[in-house]
Amino acid sequence: MSPRRWLAIAGAVFCLAGAAADPADQLKNPAQEAHARMLFREIRCVVCQSESIDESDADLARDLRQLVRQRVAAGASDADIKAYLVSRYGEFVLLQPRFSPGNAALWLAPFLVVVLGAGVVLARRRPAAPETDELSEPEKARLAALTDN
Amino acid sequence: MTAEFGSFALVLAFALSLAQAGLSAGGRWRGSAALSGAGEGAAAGAFLCTAVAFFCLMYAFVTSDFSVANVAQNSHTAKPLFYKITGVWGSHEGSMLLWCLALTGYGAAMALAGGGLPARLKSSAVAVQGGLGVLFLGYTVFASNPLMRLADPPVEGRSLNPLLQDPYLAIHPPFLYAGYVGMSVVFSLALAALIEGRVDAAWARWVRPWALAAWSLLTIGIMLGSFWSYYVLGWGGWWAWDPVENASFMPWLAATALLHSATVTEKRGALAGWTVFLGLVAFTFSMLGAFLVRSGVLTSVHAFAIDPARGILLLIILGVAAGAGFAVFAWRAPSLAPGGLFAPISREGALVLNNLFIAAATAAVLFGTLFPLIRQALSGDAVSVGAPYFNRTFAPIMAAVLVILPIAPLMPWKRADLKGAVQRLGVAAGLALATAGLSFVLARPGQAVTAAGLALGVWVIAGTATELVQRARGGGAGAGEIWRRLRSLPRGAWGMSLAHLGLGLFILGAAMETSGRVEAAKVLGLGDSMTVAGYRMSLDKVGDVDGANYTAQRASLAVVRNGAPVCQAAPERRFYPASQQTTSRVTICVQGLSDLYVVLGEPRAGGAGQPAWLIRAYWNPWVRLIFLGPLVMAVGGGVSLSDRRLRFGVPRRAAAAPTPAAVPEPAE
Repeated sequence: MSPRRWLAIAGAVFCLAGAAADPADQLKNPAQEAHARMLFREIRCVVCQSESIDESDADLARDLRQLVRQRVAAGASDADIKAYLVSRYGEFVLLQPRFSPGNAALWLAPFLVVVLGAGVVLARRRPAAPETDELSEPEKARLAALTDN
Repeated sequence: MTAEFGSFALVLAFALSLAQAGLSAGGRWRGSAALSGAGEGAAAGAFLCTAVAFFCLMYAFVTSDFSVANVAQNSHTAKPLFYKITGVWGSHEGSMLLWCLALTGYGAAMALAGGGLPARLKSSAVAVQGGLGVLFLGYTVFASNPLMRLADPPVEGRSLNPLLQDPYLAIHPPFLYAGYVGMSVVFSLALAALIEGRVDAAWARWVRPWALAAWSLLTIGIMLGSFWSYYVLGWGGWWAWDPVENASFMPWLAATALLHSATVTEKRGALAGWTVFLGLVAFTFSMLGAFLVRSGVLTSVHAFAIDPARGILLLIILGVAAGAGFAVFAWRAPSLAPGGLFAPISREGALVLNNLFIAAATAAVLFGTLFPLIRQALSGDAVSVGAPYFNRTFAPIMAAVLVILPIAPLMPWKRADLKGAVQRLGVAAGLALATAGLSFVLARPGQAVTAAGLALGVWVIAGTATELVQRARGGGAGAGEIWRRLRSLPRGAWGMSLAHLGLGLFILGAAMETSGRVEAAKVLGLGDSMTVAGYRMSLDKVGDVDGANYTAQRASLAVVRNGAPVCQAAPERRFYPASQQTTSRVTICVQGLSDLYVVLGEPRAGGAGQPAWLIRAYWNPWVRLIFLGPLVMAVGGGVSLSDRRLRFGVPRRAAAAPTPAAVPEPAE
């Protein structure tokens, strides 16, 4: 292969993911490295389509990883690191939206559906089932019709 | 000439869809069998014409006719024949044509095979299906015709994105679209039933086969897409809660809820309105998915601006079809007859709970997917909703579904004894608790979520097995008798058990893979080695390979475990000159249910000026279950579909003697 082709290959590497594990970048302290990796999964690569910086190989993702690693190594808290990233890139950078009034609808919606749905089911309950297990004559006829074929 | 012929066929299909809608509607109102029959003929004709257009486009791809704009943009002479064919649905225009092919295909199938349907219901349903055909074929003909010619044909095409040149991805759109669009029949039957004002057990029985077929195909389609991202993206991610994935998942969830509520409607005549509603929702989600994926509104806000006309057109189609459906629902549903009564503790009650939780989980996926759009429209703030949100909302809600899953089939209809049902699940509960304990203390110390996931998987599998055995064991039967009874269970029962078993397998795999994956990355020179999860791999050589339309570097690594050779890994980095893109071809050494996943990374400077490469390797325990589980679920759907009680055209109250498959379940 000619050197030019090598250059072309090196230049075209943008969609290959899984870059966070690059040994050249990792922190010496395995506990800190593991913690940084956990944080990577909650931070969006803001120039990618919908990837976390743990997955993306974009230059920006790499810069963000180094930034997070440095801050983790310096002992910064998760909240501080995220607040710093939000101040630079906006809330868009967080893959897990914050619990804020603006996001209340998002976080509450699924659980509201459970509560409201349960309310509707209870409200629509018709009188309790008859006490007997015996089928009435029309029911028996209907059962026979349904199970016949 | 072929492209023009195809265009003509496409326009003809559009006209026939118009005729289908008009004639069938006329047949319904006039009560004229002749008009209805003509509508059915038009449905078959629309399908034939769409198929002709589809094959004309395929012909243009196979012969690399670059005077067709779509071929010039998405194909290349050097592309292998297989990918030339699958390139037909690799673009927006082609995939919408595939959508239309499926839509008219289902319409024709319903018109020709729906012999058991009452005439008026059938005419209404064929008319609604024709209306859907008009919308989507109209869109294809007037806004996204894939057979348009170029005035100035290029000598060479621009090729298909190399990431898409993959056998699994190439075959997954047909499954996915067959699943998405299969919901259109359910939609049409639901709307027709509302128009007729009658939703009863017989209606639910007609809907079930279509819903089952669509659900099974969609399950396979989603699984293939997941498997593709697992091995093509180069880091083993199989589900990312990406908007495109969510778009395919929402119709699946709605269809799953529908299958369960349709059972209640079929067996007990209850929940009729809700089942109809789900039928409308399922296809609405399919259309929403098509809109989200095809307009590009979610992955990138800009794609919408680039082609606003198409995005807005798809949104209008969605609005018209869904709006009409739900308007009719709001108008007619209150007049539906209430179904059978049941106590809260009963199989119906458990299925209502199942539907409640699945609906909430679907809402989580829907809100999570659309929230960035809503928030941006309301306040202008850009926010992201990623995997962490779905893990905290969708997962706990679905866990509730899994907890009640094995209990429901053990409860009788109408009124049940919860204590009795739970007692019969004692063994399953014991196994699940033991699994949780072992996992929490020994296997994955302190990881509560993993322990819960594994326990739920075991609970579902063991509970499903319990139900099967209980069904067969009544009256202290011996082993041979149990086996005989198991074999004579209705296929519908087997289908349900298989689907639940597949879900349990999937849960086990997902819990193991997410918590137990081991990752290693190292820069290796020739002769160097690295170890991941006890597997030692050494880099023997790296060579150049020339493929059909790419050049590649291929590494060769010998993988050894405890001194015994395991496999020879040959991961590649491919470069596609036509599109100037590099992709990674991973090697997966399958070890039972687990995978050893090896990736060749970029060249790095090694020690002493020697060449070296970044090698990444992952140990993905039980990952095969993640793909095997959905496959078992789809097989369950197929088995259930083959139950003769569900077949079309089986006359009601058949006089024929019941075959073994139709013997009522043994008394307990």
